[in-house]
Amino acid sequence: MAQGRAGELEADRDDGRRPPRAVVGSHRIEEEMFGRAFDKSILRRIWAFVRPYRARVVITIAAMLIFTGTQLLIPLIISYAIDPGMNPARNDRSAQLAAVGAFVLAILVNFAAGYMQETVVGKVAETVLFDIRRAMFGHLQKVSLSFMDKTEVGRLMSRLQGDVNSIQEFLETSVYSIGDVALLFGIVFLMLWLDFRLGLLTLSVLPVLVIVRIVWLPRARAAFMAAHETNSVVNGAQAEAIHGVRTVQSMDRQQVNFILFDDKAHANLRTHLIAAKYALVMVPIVDGLTGLAMAAVIVVGGSMVLNGRIDVGVLVAYLFYIQRFFDPIRSLTLQYSVMQRAMASGKRLADVLDVKIDVQDKPNAKVLSPEMDGSVEFRDVTFGYNPNRSVLKNVSFRVNPGETVALVGPSGSGKSSAMALVHRFYDVQQGQVLVGGYDVRDLTQESLGRQVAMVLQEPFLFTGTVFENIQYHKTEATRDKVIEAAKAVGAHDFIMSLADGYETQLGERGDNLSLGQRQLISFARALVADAKILVLDEATAKIDSYTEMQIQKALIKLLEGRTGLVIAHRLATIRGADRIIVLQNGQVIAAGNHDQLIATGGLYSKLYNLNYASFDDIPEHDTTVQAGSQT
Amino acid sequence: MSSDAIGSATNALNSLTHVEAARWGRDLSTLLRITRMNLRHPWQVAFAMGSTIMAAILQLLIPQLLGRAVDQTQTAIGGGVAGTAAGQALWTPALLLLAVSALRGLFTMAQNYFAEAVGHHVAYELRLAYYDKIQRLSFSFHDRVHSGDLITIGMLDLQGVRMYFSTALVRVLLLTMLIGIGAYMMISTDPMLGLVALSFVPFVAWRSSATQLRLRATWLDLHERLSVLSRVMEENLAGIRVVRAFASQAYEMLKFDGASKNALDLAHDRVDIYVPSTSAMTLSFFFAMGLVLWIGGSRLVAGEISVGTVATFLTFMTILQMPVRQIGLMVNAFARASSCGSRLFGLLDQEITIRDALEARPLEISDGTLRFHNVSFAYPSAENRAILKNLSFEARRGETIAIVGPPGSGKSTMAHLVPRFYDVTGGAITLDGQDIRNVTLATLRKAVAVVQQDAFLFTTTIENNIAYGDPWAKRQRIERAGEFAQLHNYILGLPAGYETVVGERGVSLSGGQRQRLTIARTMMLRPSVVVFDDSTAATDAGTEQRIRAAMRRFAKDRVTIIIAHRLSALMHADQILFVDNGEIVERGTHQELLAKRGRYRALYDLQTRPGDDIMTQYGDAR
Repeated sequence: MAQGRAGELEADRDDGRRPPRAVVGSHRIEEEMFGRAFDKSILRRIWAFVRPYRARVVITIAAMLIFTGTQLLIPLIISYAIDPGMNPARNDRSAQLAAVGAFVLAILVNFAAGYMQETVVGKVAETVLFDIRRAMFGHLQKVSLSFMDKTEVGRLMSRLQGDVNSIQEFLETSVYSIGDVALLFGIVFLMLWLDFRLGLLTLSVLPVLVIVRIVWLPRARAAFMAAHETNSVVNGAQAEAIHGVRTVQSMDRQQVNFILFDDKAHANLRTHLIAAKYALVMVPIVDGLTGLAMAAVIVVGGSMVLNGRIDVGVLVAYLFYIQRFFDPIRSLTLQYSVMQRAMASGKRLADVLDVKIDVQDKPNAKVLSPEMDGSVEFRDVTFGYNPNRSVLKNVSFRVNPGETVALVGPSGSGKSSAMALVHRFYDVQQGQVLVGGYDVRDLTQESLGRQVAMVLQEPFLFTGTVFENIQYHKTEATRDKVIEAAKAVGAHDFIMSLADGYETQLGERGDNLSLGQRQLISFARALVADAKILVLDEATAKIDSYTEMQIQKALIKLLEGRTGLVIAHRLATIRGADRIIVLQNGQVIAAGNHDQLIATGGLYSKLYNLNYASFDDIPEHDTTVQAGSQT
Repeated sequence: MSSDAIGSATNALNSLTHVEAARWGRDLSTLLRITRMNLRHPWQVAFAMGSTIMAAILQLLIPQLLGRAVDQTQTAIGGGVAGTAAGQALWTPALLLLAVSALRGLFTMAQNYFAEAVGHHVAYELRLAYYDKIQRLSFSFHDRVHSGDLITIGMLDLQGVRMYFSTALVRVLLLTMLIGIGAYMMISTDPMLGLVALSFVPFVAWRSSATQLRLRATWLDLHERLSVLSRVMEENLAGIRVVRAFASQAYEMLKFDGASKNALDLAHDRVDIYVPSTSAMTLSFFFAMGLVLWIGGSRLVAGEISVGTVATFLTFMTILQMPVRQIGLMVNAFARASSCGSRLFGLLDQEITIRDALEARPLEISDGTLRFHNVSFAYPSAENRAILKNLSFEARRGETIAIVGPPGSGKSTMAHLVPRFYDVTGGAITLDGQDIRNVTLATLRKAVAVVQQDAFLFTTTIENNIAYGDPWAKRQRIERAGEFAQLHNYILGLPAGYETVVGERGVSLSGGQRQRLTIARTMMLRPSVVVFDDSTAATDAGTEQRIRAAMRRFAKDRVTIIIAHRLSALMHADQILFVDNGEIVERGTHQELLAKRGRYRALYDLQTRPGDDIMTQYGDAR
């Protein structure tokens, strides 16, 4: 069927030679799924998270062993209960009473131990999962931004979800594995103890099963993996169709996509059927072996009963044990895979937990008081993300308390890096960044963050209400204060026009608001944060002139009474600044106010005279020619 | 109580039962529909069902054979039959047991395989139908429905429907056979002991059903809480710069802990739901076994029954334990299939609002003239809010029309009406005199291309992305489109050139580059009408200028509509339409509109000479 469909596409092509340049869904590169079954260092890492609950782990293992013990005991008790009935000579009621009494006792213990063990295992494994996740999440709050910049969010999310889940699965199954091993040894022991020769005979089918499982496992796993992979391919293709539906329809690709998708869906069907065959082929093998063992017990054990060598109760007990003893082997082989998967996940988790924290508070770090003067100073700062390639070279400037300074310059000149340094997102390689007269490395990051508010170029909103987004971490800010801030930046009117005003739920990343509106909300958020220093990266594009004007007004409000460092793109913003610093290639090439810079007739005045509303509107060649003549 | 109150109470009760009845009716029709889909694979269904019956019968033979073998040893001892002869006689039940066990295994395998096969075939068919439906449902549907929900339906709900045959239908047969025949056999062998042995069945059946249904309800809840947790984490990581900028790590940890605790508590609750239940089920089973031992043992002593009978009963009980516990799973499977199925079918039954008219004809382009005749429009979700009101204009081949106006004025909506992403609510749009509602969608969308604001890139090579609308295009044409969009040199600089994978999991392109790739993609279609919907906003002015120059050549053979904020992008148009509130308030060339000193002039001043003075001026103009 799949071939037939693909054929349709071939027939359609115009030159008769080429297949279409078309795919649906992408092939996701799967991460290493299995590691070594035992990895000491990984186990030690996992144990560190289990350690706090070790008392409970001991309890659960004890309960597991007791549970297994009673399970082993029950068939034995049954055989005793039946036996007295067989031999008229031993026909006494008290023996039967004792047997049934023992049975009742056994099942009560079984109940209690099972209850205990399952509850504790279930809860501890869940708790450990959440603990690991919390440790990772907490660590990610502190690691350097350069790590976050180069790591995809999706990748981290799969650590926080998939990988911790496989550790949880591992913890649960390892307790059950202990139970399985105990059960297996118990059955073997009891069978040999009841009758050595019969036991040996019955157990001889066991190696057969083990060998079959060993041959079967790698093949079956390959089949399961193939099915798993086609699943994610099909789901990926489907998600793509959903997200890209507008493009699909406007380019009229439905037909071609459908045929391509059919291929993938069909591959999914095929691999699943193969996987089902592998999974199910074990059923007749295990059943056949069970039948074989039972037949052997009946023939040989039956003769033994006839010879009087064993009691009939023993025969019955044997028949019970046989029906049980394949289970532990089956689950143990499956648990082996769980273990391998957990080791691979554990390694990835350790990798995240081991990411070094570059920017850290000094042991005697000072708290930056809100009473500080609000000045910002760069002293001979040299900085680069890669130490060999400096983004800022020997940059020095000072922003006085209450002053607004505009940083301008072509992209790549180091403006954004300078802004990040004020907040100590990164540490400088040489020189010093001072806030309120203190080197930022001597301050606690927390107190620095409270005094330096930052507005990013791309406003980022969280799921929640408009109110929560403006209030953000200042949970102590009152409703009045939030509304006041929104009014100050001119956001109040449009917020009130939303369905539920301040209580309106924002969609994913605020996608039900326009970019300009999101910008205004992020301004209001910065206003509520009420910091002495404001660092702002002005949005470059995509805002229409109407909203733009509102934003300009809001900006003036926002900078009132604060020290401002603004990466400016709009001439209006730049002109309004007290001082302008022109950066190029990581160096300060000019500084002064608007009139001074115009008077000196450098790059700035030339740009200004071109009459564009934004420096970004200036055609590339104009800036490059200018930049060349400047240096 | 007054009679009125009684009356209203009765009414309320009636309406309640009506609601209940309606729900049951819907559930039933959903299940019937899935059953019908299963029956479309009659051979596999027949094999699965036949194998199930065989497997159940064979499984029930095992205790009988075991019991007979045990009895044989006893009668031999009691009857004093010679050892060897009795030993020989044991071979018959032993071999029978081996054969029955092996056959049972084979039939169980067949039962499960065919049951799975039916499910997977149905899943395959549903997947195709779902994919096709999603691709064809109109924009207004996709505007309304969250993409995450569509993904969930396609993944989880489809699985629920797939599992229906194996976990619900086949299981009903298997459990009925096993429990029914098993119970019959036990009771007919010894009514009293049989009833005692079966005493655990009602309790376990009830417990497991109740527990499974409760677990299902809490599972949905847990799923919800976990997705809140993952959203908190994801937003934190994606917005890590904001988090750091506000030094709000502590606050974020609190948020995380709240969501985390919420989910963990429920996970623990679920442990507390299932553990007592499974433990109680095991206990009740063993308790019944104890009773059998006690009563059976006593009667054994009294010589009323044989030891084989007791062994038979005990084995029957072990065999029945699992199926009885599975009653809960089966009940859950029905509940799951009906809720998953109703969501899935609800989507598959959605009407496609934008589609070919009955006598739709292929679009024929002659002069290439686009006309809006008194077009009015309101979105289906807000029918009372007119977005466009009585809008008319005409564009001939070779002309460029620019549309400008404040946000929310309806500019993008105009762009979406031309390729019929939505249908006009009043008036008509024609292309060479043909109402676009009377031509086939396929030909219309080949002729009309919109370069969208937010460019969606597919995770595949650049080449495939550019050739998206024309997958059989020659490489040369693809490169020419790349040149047109000012991307060619950049692409050649990438490690794999045109074969570089972009999109979600490939090389990430900047906003401007994405937009240009979309432009290249659109150029491949050789459309008669092309609409640029603010599609150069993220492109720097220099590149935009070059694109504009390329476009001038391109614009000769077609109608070009440009929607933009930046005046530099639109001032060269043959006609500029200033739209506000869904109406054209000014129209003319750049020069004419400047001379008019109206809205357009105000915008022009705002963009070229920003400053407080202009702002107030603009305020007056508005």
